[in-house]
Amino acid sequence: MDLTIQERRKERVDRGIKVRTEGIYAISSLEEVTYLVFPRLVLIIGILLLPILMPSLYWKRVISIACIYSLLALGFDFLAHFVGLVSLGGAFFIGVGGYTAAILNKSFGLPIVLTIPLATVVGALICTLLLLPALPLRGVYFAIVTLMYPLALMRIIEALNILGGTDGILGVAGFPNRWVEQYLIIFILIFVLFGLRRFVNEDIGLVFRGVKDNDQAVRASGISITFYKALAVFIASGLGSLGGAYLSHIYMWSGISQFALDFSVIPIAATVIGGGGTLVGPLLGCFFLVPISEWLREFGTLRIVFYSLILMMFIMFRSEGFMVYAQRKYHQFERWVKV
Amino acid sequence: MGLLIYGIINSFSLALMAIGFTLVYGISRLPNFAHGALYVITGFGVWWFVHKLHLHYVVSIFLALVLMGLIGAGIYRFVLIRVRGMATSEIIATYALGLAILEFLRWRGFKGMTYTLPVFIEGSIHIGDVPVDFQRIIVIAIGVLVVSFMWLFTHFNKTGLALRGMAQDEHAAMMLGIDSDWMAIIAMAMGSILAGLSAIVLLPLGNIVVEAGYNVLILSIAVCIVGGLGSWVGAILAAFMIGFIQILTVQYIQSHFHMVVALLAIIITLIVRPSGLFGKQKELEERV
Repeated sequence: MDLTIQERRKERVDRGIKVRTEGIYAISSLEEVTYLVFPRLVLIIGILLLPILMPSLYWKRVISIACIYSLLALGFDFLAHFVGLVSLGGAFFIGVGGYTAAILNKSFGLPIVLTIPLATVVGALICTLLLLPALPLRGVYFAIVTLMYPLALMRIIEALNILGGTDGILGVAGFPNRWVEQYLIIFILIFVLFGLRRFVNEDIGLVFRGVKDNDQAVRASGISITFYKALAVFIASGLGSLGGAYLSHIYMWSGISQFALDFSVIPIAATVIGGGGTLVGPLLGCFFLVPISEWLREFGTLRIVFYSLILMMFIMFRSEGFMVYAQRKYHQFERWVKV
Repeated sequence: MGLLIYGIINSFSLALMAIGFTLVYGISRLPNFAHGALYVITGFGVWWFVHKLHLHYVVSIFLALVLMGLIGAGIYRFVLIRVRGMATSEIIATYALGLAILEFLRWRGFKGMTYTLPVFIEGSIHIGDVPVDFQRIIVIAIGVLVVSFMWLFTHFNKTGLALRGMAQDEHAAMMLGIDSDWMAIIAMAMGSILAGLSAIVLLPLGNIVVEAGYNVLILSIAVCIVGGLGSWVGAILAAFMIGFIQILTVQYIQSHFHMVVALLAIIITLIVRPSGLFGKQKELEERV
């Protein structure tokens, strides 16, 4: 077709199978099953193989860290794109979870099997309770409050010299086995990813999206928006606290650097790069950004410069992100038609 | 007596730091989260002009201020204009820019005792029995000047009135022939020049450090939010409140709580009364 750019436009058509399977499962032919399962399988097998492919212990550790960032980014994406609460305080969740796990382990002598789940729930409760008064706030104001929480907590711990002060809590128990440490977080991550995808497609996901799009309408239907917002914050902060608890046990240490800016900025950058609202996107974004950030570690703070600039560029020029683009290409035909 | 004098000085420092941010965010609704970075750049810029290019101090200050105006306009023209209207993207983009600038400066090794600016006039006088150096008196003088100038500008000048009009109702303002992008560029340029001015006045009191960038941003947000968006009276009162509480906590509790005061002020204000002490604009939209 040799039409000029004025005479043609691109038409996008959903693939037949995509039209049929939004919500139901097509198992009539091998081709359709492959169409549905293939991308998921690539992702799962890819993540499972990553630690084996990594050359050194150091890079295996980086994969674990990337998983922790991914949990945080999943929480951020869930809150921002399904509930409409933009939380700039990922470090707050990580820090609370990390300290809770460290305290449970050191002061109460609980084993690691108990500290991680307990820290997840207790950390999420603490975060939710602290953020509860901020829940009625909208958009920017909620973002500013969440940005301030980790900074304030960090400085309070510094000033009061509690919880080990600037040294942090040392001597937290480590994992019994390197492979357990490596694969437990990967399985948790895969479970959380697919669990959350299911969750937001249930009825409750509809309520969440209602809260995001028009909270007054949800309220008019007799549904308490504060309850659903609190529930969403509980889930997201639980994911963050889980990551924090894991981090404390990996490094056998918990300190104020867990409230550092990295934990707030990288998940946001990963979500923007990977594609907000897809849940898979932030995960891929983390697996892209965290290794680069580690690789640039020898340049010191230059890595922060690097990923802030990436973040800015993506927000300015490609705000849809990678996964939204990829999903569109996978699910739709494109063809030129004459105008 | 000492508490009172240093409280006033601290309050005016806060008001100076925050006024650029208040002008941009409070009046024109453009969150410029690179404010702290601009503050620090001005410091290093003047230092560089004086020590590397061997320019006269006054010339360097003038050059740095012009440069800040250009950078501010540039941030709007090249960054903010693309995400205009999406409040969260505006914040994330400018915050990322500020973060990049500050961490770049840190990476280049701009830290430590070497980077200081000379004070304008050496010496000090005694007020009662409290010694106050001239630089701090200049802070108060310039603070009063800038605040009154900005008040007059936004109340009696056509451009200033247009800026306020944009904040109150953008569509109505555009119908009256106010060019929204052009006004935003002016607001950003002025805000950045004010950030630079506060840096030039305040930095001779200590070293130029990268951390100051983050602190200035937090303090500016605190003043702006506690005072209420779009209210000059509120911003000045908030600067005085936070300024005096800071001095009191440093005096009676511990100096580490200096920043905690500002952070808690932001959190508490947003939770209890998100439109601030004197904010009138858009009260209904801010919370459910």
